[in-house]
Amino acid sequence: MQVFKIPEVFREDMKYTFCPGCDHGVAVRLVAEVLDELGLKEDTIAVASVGCSVTIYDFLNLDTIEAPHGRALAVATGVKRAKPDKFVFTYQGDGDFASIGLAESMHSALRGENLTAICINNTTYGMTGGQLGPTTLMGQVTTTSPMGRNAEYYGYPIKITEHVALCDGTAYAARVSLDTVANIKKAKEAIKSAFDVQLKGLGFGFVEILSTCPTNWRMTPEKAHERVRNEMMPVFKPGVYKDIRG
Amino acid sequence: MKNYIVIDDTRCKACYLCVNECPRKLIKVSNKTNKLGDRIVEFDDKDGACLGCAMCATRCPDMAITEVHRG
Repeated sequence: MQVFKIPEVFREDMKYTFCPGCDHGVAVRLVAEVLDELGLKEDTIAVASVGCSVTIYDFLNLDTIEAPHGRALAVATGVKRAKPDKFVFTYQGDGDFASIGLAESMHSALRGENLTAICINNTTYGMTGGQLGPTTLMGQVTTTSPMGRNAEYYGYPIKITEHVALCDGTAYAARVSLDTVANIKKAKEAIKSAFDVQLKGLGFGFVEILSTCPTNWRMTPEKAHERVRNEMMPVFKPGVYKDIRG
Repeated sequence: MKNYIVIDDTRCKACYLCVNECPRKLIKVSNKTNKLGDRIVEFDDKDGACLGCAMCATRCPDMAITEVHRG
């Protein structure tokens, strides 16, 4: 019996262009597995953002729109309102979702748009070389915070899921991690729940995925997972913050 | 029937996450290299110890472990 196979929604002979050990690959695969299991391949329109997450359109055999930086949820809102029978989701990074796109993202949740947003949080701007992002942890050294992030100069990191969960239009908000196989399985369940609330027409579904950026963190993939566990998870606590399905 | 995995050599980027993930330590760094010159992994299960647990495939960020068969 075959217990693992490449999800059917992937393009044939696709190969990831992510750096070695990057958890983006796991996150995209989980999204693909859930799309397969829910049978949504033919009815899905994906909205890609700007950042490493944009490459999702090279991998998944879906109709995809590329949005301007940060505006993925604004574009997705238009798509969903024009085609309410389609399943619409965005795949974004933390810089796209919570920095340049914070207004678009939060207002999509406040309006209770019947969409799903997947946000990858790796505490940095990965594609452009590891600059300080909205989720960069206190004390974290990046190329634009060479002495480490301090509150006086840079302010504090945003806890995205907590903010999204506070919005009345949000139907599901969860934060998950990919540091262990057990947590990868929990992440898949969270993505499935966030897709489920859209299918039931309940409102905005959101999953924040704590991910690694071994290249810009200058760590081995193994050490990067230890950092997620020891430094990120105490600040960005995983869990289901809102689920109106009860 | 034996449990086994299938590794796609062209996908492996030599991050070695699977090497530590395998509970039976059946995945090893090989002498084969990918096109970037990195030593890729190989499945070495002479004694049929593979559990077919798919933890390696779940962990692999590049879907280089393309198939896991159990039983």
